[in-house]
Amino acid sequence: MRYLSLILKNSLRNRRRSFLTISSLAISLCLLGVMMALYYALFFGAPPGPGQARRLVVRNKISIVFPMPLYYRDRIRQVQGVEEVLTWQWYGGTYKDNRDTRNMFPRMAAEADKLFTVYTDYRIPEEQKKAFQQDVAGCIVGEALARRLGFKLGDKILVKGDIFPFDLDLTVRGIYSTAEGDDESMWFQWKYLENALRGSDRLAAGTFTILARSESEVARIGREVDALFVNSPAQTKTESEYAFGLSFLAFFGNIKIILMSICGAVTFTILLISANTMAMSVRERVREVGILKTLGFTRESILGMLLGESAMIGLIGGGVGLILALGLCAIVRQAPAFVQQTKTLTIQPPVLAILLTLSVMIGLASAVIPAWNAARTGILDALRFTD
Amino acid sequence: MKIPFSYNIRNLIVRKTTTIMTALGIALTVAVLLASMALVEGLKVAFTQSGHPLHILVMRKGADAELSSNFERSVFRDIVFKSGIAKNAKGDALASLEMVTVINLPSVESPEGMNLSVRGITPVGLEIRDDARLIQGRWMEFGKREVVVGESIAKRYPDARIGNKIKFGRGDWEVVGIFKSEQLARNSEILTDLNQAAADFERENVLSSALIRASDDVARQALINDLSTDPRLNVKAQTEKEYYAAQSNSGMLISFLGTFVATIMAIGSCFAAMNTMYAAVARRAKEIGTLRVLGFSRFSILSSFLIESVALAILGGLIGILLVLPLNNLSTGIGSFVTFSEIAFQLRVSPSIMLTGLIFAIIIGAFGGLLPAANAARQQILNALRQI
Repeated sequence: MRYLSLILKNSLRNRRRSFLTISSLAISLCLLGVMMALYYALFFGAPPGPGQARRLVVRNKISIVFPMPLYYRDRIRQVQGVEEVLTWQWYGGTYKDNRDTRNMFPRMAAEADKLFTVYTDYRIPEEQKKAFQQDVAGCIVGEALARRLGFKLGDKILVKGDIFPFDLDLTVRGIYSTAEGDDESMWFQWKYLENALRGSDRLAAGTFTILARSESEVARIGREVDALFVNSPAQTKTESEYAFGLSFLAFFGNIKIILMSICGAVTFTILLISANTMAMSVRERVREVGILKTLGFTRESILGMLLGESAMIGLIGGGVGLILALGLCAIVRQAPAFVQQTKTLTIQPPVLAILLTLSVMIGLASAVIPAWNAARTGILDALRFTD
Repeated sequence: MKIPFSYNIRNLIVRKTTTIMTALGIALTVAVLLASMALVEGLKVAFTQSGHPLHILVMRKGADAELSSNFERSVFRDIVFKSGIAKNAKGDALASLEMVTVINLPSVESPEGMNLSVRGITPVGLEIRDDARLIQGRWMEFGKREVVVGESIAKRYPDARIGNKIKFGRGDWEVVGIFKSEQLARNSEILTDLNQAAADFERENVLSSALIRASDDVARQALINDLSTDPRLNVKAQTEKEYYAAQSNSGMLISFLGTFVATIMAIGSCFAAMNTMYAAVARRAKEIGTLRVLGFSRFSILSSFLIESVALAILGGLIGILLVLPLNNLSTGIGSFVTFSEIAFQLRVSPSIMLTGLIFAIIIGAFGGLLPAANAARQQILNALRQI
């Protein structure tokens, strides 16, 4: 510790180099931080909201594009621990023009009386909720969506059908908000869908969302629901709402491997940069090491000083990188997102700890060989050394 | 007067550890960019090579994909009589009514199962797909519960091999053949008898699309206009090529991620290159002074250091290209939101991608080298010579 000021002075002797090294480390570590945050958010499950933790989604095992018989609802309802079951259907369709991606938002039909029971985190003024439930051709839109496309109460929304052979002609009756996550959807009444469909199509449901009585029962309910229909023509796949959202990610390829390889490449690059600078910086001062030795500094304290300097630069780089990463996360949060997880992306404490440890480790690792060599050089050789 | 290039090369060799470390940093940056580009390129190739130039795909108006298109059999009956459709030897119109659906099969990579497209066709459908050749087994017999699978599917899905039965709809289907087509997107499909499949999915009257071969280029355009504007039909007609081309944006996210990461890494590498070059300049202060005394101009010094930095970066770029070369022709699959199923394709490290990597490296080198080179050129001769 008593060498701290010496270490500090040493790292400032070549300010430009320290600045460049720190910037370069910071930028790479920022990237690494964001990638790790993403990985963490996606695969270690950032704690879902209090409502979401109790919800499960049931879909056709083959693919979400296939319906299930509507009577499944009553069978699911009887599973122990199920508090409520909401039937809903992805409508799809085209609003205005799909070439403008702002016009793309999820449009779903759901049972109006159960929607708010199951989505416990939806907040909507009582009178708007009533107005929606009383109007078969009414709909509610999320706050973010309303802001994006300027929807107000009483506005008409016309959507052209693609999956379904009919168009929607709806009136905005309410605007809902959520504490976190999804508020970019539009919901309309299940009855509207039912009225527009003919024959056997009326007996099909796209998806069910289950609200479990408690969080601890979620896993068991999932298994029991799937077991109910294992011998039926339409087998089901029941998973937590969180996992359901993630299942869409698979469409973009193997995200896990992609993120891992990026992290690997970035870490290795950081190591290279850092090792390179430390080697340069130590070489430059072999003569100085000789002088320190003549003054009575031991080999160990010289080694410690050089390692300390490198670790400090690594740590500063890590710290700056962390701040940059927090900023980058904020930008990602604002960006239009496909998965809900990026809406709340932030550097979680475990990621923070890993990142800082890694930056110190890299600092140490990159200095070990040059520092060891310098500390070992004999006084005479060191004093005679010219670069 | 120009400073010889060999001076730069020798300098890079003398400081080989630093040179290699800096070059490797640049190499990794280039590799990340190229890997994502190779993926997107492979996807693009798979889709742009698909589709026959004379084929027209007809779907219900408003539908962007065959999967969401509810195409009625009665509409198909009206379409067959349109003029401009090519005829086969027997005089039948080359128009194929088809049904597309998605099934789930476990693959080598994901035992949880991936989605695959199943296409129900009639004998005409086989005739119109004259690009598909059998490479194993035989074509399915119409009227039986048999399927033939595309080459990519046979490779990636252990369940979809000849003699095996796969389960979808109301029961088992026997795999009797494997086909291969030059049109890559086709290789990710399972073909079967239209009527058998439609019965299983209760879609006897509501199918997906019609694939029509026009007699020639002029007729194709006329036919597309005729079909799209006929109010009774309520359909959308487009060339098969257009349909596939629109799907190649499935790689958008990976492409975005790759470019984003590579750009940030490039800034980091730029700083690292700058560091290396500053060190090079500092260590050679005396040399620079000597060169100036010998009569080399400030500009020669500037360009010499810049060239050295770019040479360093080119070395990095080349290593980066070597790193991604093993990815060439690697097969992988990606999901498509148009077909809701998996498309298999191969990564492509094409010459133009390699060139992009090299240019990217040169940009990193040029930016990294500019300031140190300017610094070297600015030095006063006397000061430079006096340095130890």
